[in-house]
Amino acid sequence: MKIPSSFNRSLWVFHLNTGSCNGCEIEIVATITPRYDPERFGIRLVGSPRHADVLLVTGPVTRKMAPRARRVYEQMADPKVVMCIGTCGQSGGVFFDSYNLEGPVDQVLPVDVYVPGCPPRPEAIIFGVVKALEKLERLEAQQ
Amino acid sequence: MIETLPAILIGAVLVAVFSIIIGLLLMGFDRIVAARMQARIGPPLTQPFIDIRKLLAKENVVPENAIPWLFNLAPVIALASAITILFYLPIAGFAPVLSGGGDLILVMYLLTLPALALVAGGFASGSPYATVGAQREMVTMIAYEFPLAIVVVAIAWRLAAEGISLPFSLATIGANPVWGLVGPLGAIGLLILLVVLLIVTPAELSRVPFDTPEAETELAGGILVEYSGKNLALFSLTQGVKTVAMASLVVALFFPYRLAAIAGISGFLGAVIDLLFYILLITLVTFISVSVIRVAMARFRINQVVSVYWIYLAIAGLGGLLLVMVDQIMGVV
Repeated sequence: MKIPSSFNRSLWVFHLNTGSCNGCEIEIVATITPRYDPERFGIRLVGSPRHADVLLVTGPVTRKMAPRARRVYEQMADPKVVMCIGTCGQSGGVFFDSYNLEGPVDQVLPVDVYVPGCPPRPEAIIFGVVKALEKLERLEAQQ
Repeated sequence: MIETLPAILIGAVLVAVFSIIIGLLLMGFDRIVAARMQARIGPPLTQPFIDIRKLLAKENVVPENAIPWLFNLAPVIALASAITILFYLPIAGFAPVLSGGGDLILVMYLLTLPALALVAGGFASGSPYATVGAQREMVTMIAYEFPLAIVVVAIAWRLAAEGISLPFSLATIGANPVWGLVGPLGAIGLLILLVVLLIVTPAELSRVPFDTPEAETELAGGILVEYSGKNLALFSLTQGVKTVAMASLVVALFFPYRLAAIAGISGFLGAVIDLLFYILLITLVTFISVSVIRVAMARFRINQVVSVYWIYLAIAGLGGLLLVMVDQIMGVV
């Protein structure tokens, strides 16, 4: 699929919590405050996965959330990017040996960008978005 | 007056292109102004254009349990009917494209069409969120029609009381600015009616605090929840065109002035000045009734929307109408 250049300046983000402790959510909300103002670059939080270009996933994936996470991913319109926010999504974090975990996010969804941290700072999340944009540009260059 | 068919077609295309461009610019302006009021820098003015381009490039998903033909038809109808409203409204002193055919009553009916298309699209998407949103949109529509009708009737009544024929015609309203006809008491009444119309505007455009049908945080986008790609882009364009249409209606009813005519400039330069003055006026209306209100307020619940319009604004509107009538009767005596 052809990725237009307008993508770089209009990323709509949908946030999905797959079992996070709410620490990453607080940092994501901090990222969209006037102090960082990602709307300058056209980045917006949207309420529906149908509208979104980026899926922000926080937390390790619990057994109940795994099918829902897949469904939300499938509901998004192509082209799309998945970002995994926080340590839990990469390794399970403090919940790594919990009995009700399906595993880290990349066991369930194809993750494009990882943002480590427990929780990651807003600067780190913005850096992750920049990485996602670079990945989109790289894909664009390959076409 | 434009009469021939080719002229009407050219006019229609011009109005459509003009309203889409100005509509998107107004949306960008609104986003910048809202950002500045929240101590942010905000997106560039052209952000809505970038968003539309991106949406047009995205996949167009039709949900499995949607009714595909209605789901895909609704955004087209919404955009087409929103543009049709502008065919009947005077833009910058130019005669409306379809000036012979319709008046203010027709415009009022046409204003409900984009909202009805949204409702149809919401029900056709087969999502519970969209269904709740569509029901709320219908309730909102019933709520704001009454105050809107009061404002329209008040102005037409004042013109009719002056013995002017065709008081509902937009050409008549444009030729007789209503502020010139009333005394001080009537001016207060008109001011109240203007405020009522400015508060009806955000509901017509489903913006905060009357965006209950879309309610991003509770209904995940409400009516628009299942729309993506091209269809969502069409609905965004509709939003822009509707903003222009509502602002133009406010300008046509209350400020049908032309700067060039007042200054005595005619010809091409006059037309350009008129156009710029008109754009300034609709920007001002958008600023007051969309940006300021939406930054200053939170969302109403749906029952609060109904009581705001049916009780408070209806009483205010009727009070304004009464003042205009008392003013006219006192003027005659």
